[in-house]
Amino acid sequence: MKIVVLVKQVPDSGEERSLRSDDFTVDRDAATKRMNELDEHAIEAALQLVEEHGGEVTVLTMAPADALESTVRKALQMGPDRAVHIVDEAIHGSCAVTSSAVLAAALRTLEWDLVLCGAESTDGRVQAMPHMLSERLDVAAVTGARKITVSGGEITVERQVDDGYELVQAALPAIVSVWDTINTPRYPSFKLIMAAKKKPVTTLSLADLGISPDQVGLSASTSQVLHAAPRPPREAGVKVIDDGSGGVALVDFLAAEKFV
Amino acid sequence: MMAERTGPLQLLDLDSLLSEDERAVRDLVRRIADDTIRPYVADWFAGGDPPVRELARQLGTAGLLGMRLSGYGCAGASAVAYGLTCMELEAADSGVRSLASVQGSLAMYAIWRYGSEEQKQEWLPRMAAGEVIGCFGLTEPDHGSDPGSMTTRARRDGADWVLTGDKMWITNAPVADVAVIWARTDQGIRGFLVPLPTPGVTVSRISDKLSLRASATGEIVLDDVRLPQEALLPGAEGLKAALSCLNEARYGIVWGALGAARDCLETTIEYAVTREQFGRPIAGFQLTQAKLADMTVELDKGFLLALHLGRLADTGRLRPEMVSVGKLNNVREALAIARECRAILGANGISGAYPVMRHAVNLESVLTYEGTSEIHTLVIGQRLTGLSAFT
Ligand SMILES: Cc1cc2nc3c(=O)[nH]c(=O)nc-3n(C[C@H](O)[C@H](O)[C@H](O)COP(=O)(O)OP(=O)(O)OC[C@H]3O[C@@H](n4cnc5c(N)ncnc54)[C@H](O)[C@@H]3O)c2cc1C
Repeated sequence: MKIVVLVKQVPDSGEERSLRSDDFTVDRDAATKRMNELDEHAIEAALQLVEEHGGEVTVLTMAPADALESTVRKALQMGPDRAVHIVDEAIHGSCAVTSSAVLAAALRTLEWDLVLCGAESTDGRVQAMPHMLSERLDVAAVTGARKITVSGGEITVERQVDDGYELVQAALPAIVSVWDTINTPRYPSFKLIMAAKKKPVTTLSLADLGISPDQVGLSASTSQVLHAAPRPPREAGVKVIDDGSGGVALVDFLAAEKFV
Repeated sequence: MMAERTGPLQLLDLDSLLSEDERAVRDLVRRIADDTIRPYVADWFAGGDPPVRELARQLGTAGLLGMRLSGYGCAGASAVAYGLTCMELEAADSGVRSLASVQGSLAMYAIWRYGSEEQKQEWLPRMAAGEVIGCFGLTEPDHGSDPGSMTTRARRDGADWVLTGDKMWITNAPVADVAVIWARTDQGIRGFLVPLPTPGVTVSRISDKLSLRASATGEIVLDDVRLPQEALLPGAEGLKAALSCLNEARYGIVWGALGAARDCLETTIEYAVTREQFGRPIAGFQLTQAKLADMTVELDKGFLLALHLGRLADTGRLRPEMVSVGKLNNVREALAIARECRAILGANGISGAYPVMRHAVNLESVLTYEGTSEIHTLVIGQRLTGLSAFT
């Protein structure tokens, strides 16, 4: 089977992240860039499926040119066969909706039975990419997988929900997003690192995809950040003096916060 | 208002001297160390019984054992990639780096360079994978810096060899499946492959170490150990064969020591900017800054030296006395850095909650093994003067 894994370059979530002061987009220059953590789980899931059923794995990334080393090669070092890297200055500031148009256009140029991605990215945390692509490409989207099995042109997904999991089936081709519970991503190895150098990376521009620059970017975005301010400092907590009603107050609090 | 901070090795943008591949290997090893070594190594050190087999398998899967060798399942990496690997492993712990050095640069290298085709086929692929652990027995209780006067003997008995002697301070010995043993024969010093266990061989663990406790060290006593002719490493003739293996391992230490120093320095800078005394961070005092600046200067110089040696090695121009310069300088400076960092952490400096004291005591071993600093000084002196001051 042919699998495409969507991989995003994000600012390292372990570091202090900031917004640009001019257009309030994420300040990507200031940050250390890396592959979105959940996408490593999507790659691992793809590699496992291909190890079981045969086939090939393609990595698809839409990101500035510097993502080649920080993200595309890092992804290939885990074992995928090739990568497609969409690079275009005009993409800067694109919202999720316009981004999905670009990714969908790229996916139309590729052959695939399954598209995998992380359930969310650590920068945007929108979680909506599979749905948008599903609309644009007219295939099923199953989100939040913790297990994927494929047999006879069908995919069965254990979909992680708050209090357990749902069993969802869909016909291929389909789009599935995964949580980190699905697997433990493998480490690359010295040999895979060396092999990754030789794997083909196709670079596509918007023109290659037949998209004009005014359809994407900040100006075409369906949403825009008008103003951003740092979060106010945390307020002091609530102190309950236990005059005999402490237990009840505690349970009320836990219930209000939906812990019980 | 605190301005932006730069890491000690970022100060000179030393990354820009590395290729993309070299950075990728470095990142891989750093990640393995962060995930599978750092969280546990303080406990291994305290317990003195590290999970060497598990570690070897992890390092083997990543292709890091015997990585400079080619063929037989080895990765065929460059000297610089190997050096960076040593640096990242030793940033976690010198003991873990020692495991990799002894396996790859001593045991595997001896077989790869001096072994028969059968010996290579038999041992190297499994050693590269970390399934089989090797050790290297040169030092004896009474012969360390002067291994040429070793007393372990191998005598012929019909078609067999019979070995008798005592090897001391042997890294990996307590867990090893095979030992490269150097012994005196009628034809000079020769190397032998001794599978473990073998009748007549007793291996005991040295447990009262106060240094390198996250490494398994042992004594190997050979009492009339009978080995077939095939146990002899055919190509290893004379002490120079043993020393050529040491040269490989020492090269790795030139880099490794920097890792320990870097970890101390990064830990210490982080500590000093957050620890307040007299109403301000101790990093704000000029005395502290002078120490941090001096240590960083030495660390960065050491890196440039290691990289220079690596580039020479990758173009076939590295000579043993150059490695002596690197080992002498980088281990000496790393130890000085670790001790100074220890002091900056105050009482916390002696706590196992920070890696600094562990690195400092580990580096005491690193200063001694693979040629003491005095011996490397004499190697350089001899090269400069043409006069040997060893005896
Ligand atoms: C943790 C650890 C692991 C080790 N692992 C191994 C291993 O795997 N395999 C192995 O074979 N060995 C191993 N060794 C042994 C190590 O290589 C020796 O300890 C080292 O060569 C020094 O020998 P020595 O301890 O006998 O000291 P000695 O040779 O007795 O030296 C004592 C002191 O005298 C100085 N000295 C000696 N000769 C001279 C001279 N001519 N001029 C000036 N000063 C001199 C030395 O520099 C040193 O300061 C290990 C040691 C340690 C501590």
